[in-house]
Amino acid sequence: MKQTFKRPKALVDIPFHFCPGCHHGIIHRLVAECIDFYGLREKTIGVASVGCSVFLYDYFNADVVEAPHGRAAAVATGVKRASPDNFVFTYQGDGDLAAIGTAEIIHAANRGERITVIFVNNTVFGMTGGQMAPTTMSGQETTTTPFGRDLETNGFPIKMSELLTELPGSTFVARAAVNNPKNLMKAKKLLKRAFEVQTNGEGFSFVEFLSACPTNWKMTPKQATERVQEEMIPYFPLGVFKGGQE
Amino acid sequence: MAMIKFRRERCKGCGMCVSACPKNLLVVGSKINRAGYPMARIDDMKSCTGCALCAEMCPDVVITVFK
Repeated sequence: MKQTFKRPKALVDIPFHFCPGCHHGIIHRLVAECIDFYGLREKTIGVASVGCSVFLYDYFNADVVEAPHGRAAAVATGVKRASPDNFVFTYQGDGDLAAIGTAEIIHAANRGERITVIFVNNTVFGMTGGQMAPTTMSGQETTTTPFGRDLETNGFPIKMSELLTELPGSTFVARAAVNNPKNLMKAKKLLKRAFEVQTNGEGFSFVEFLSACPTNWKMTPKQATERVQEEMIPYFPLGVFKGGQE
Repeated sequence: MAMIKFRRERCKGCGMCVSACPKNLLVVGSKINRAGYPMARIDDMKSCTGCALCAEMCPDVVITVFK
């Protein structure tokens, strides 16, 4: 009997702190699998953001820099320019990348920095207790929008992938989800392509993952996974926006 | 003949594996682990094909698959 599925080597063998049913664990594993697949473990430098994804440095068996809130793309720029042979990726949530770090991500993409950005969109500020994020869906109840997000006063949920697609500096932009096995397999392929864009020196790659936050959505893991399918995917369509398979 | 193994102490009982299994072989039981979470388990190992979809969907890398 051969072992066909095991924990990737790039993931340290400690339990995740994430809530039950949180998709962060799956996305962490996918990234670790990709690092293993391309044999980049000794060359990888990750840049962690602020939020639930902050403990990247505990979970990854690679060097990780912790960036100030929202500035992961700017820190990664510096890391990549200082040591261009390393594989540099950032892992950011929507409160980090789409709110406080909007300027940094847009300019990093526009400069065509050779980094890989992994953006986890769960439509809410997770770690701080479920406040409204720029990506919060219309009508979604959060602690700062107890009667649901009102588009007139709070604006529209921001579509980061579409925004970065328009920039001439970005090379690969895609959106994926991990709510069911089918979407997860597609997500794996997109992530691999994003890794290749950097290892081939092609330019800036960006993958947005739609993720569930059962705790702050006040749902069971199953309901949260269904919400990703029914509410999020129609507004945040999946697929490659720019720079598909060669 | 396939076999899946659970690291029970890591399971948080979210049930993502239960909805991923194409043959509906997995259940989240009522027994709890040291962390206080109910644990997923498989009763009918013989019917398991080792497709590993449960392991792919598990957010806590609880499941390992042998084939």
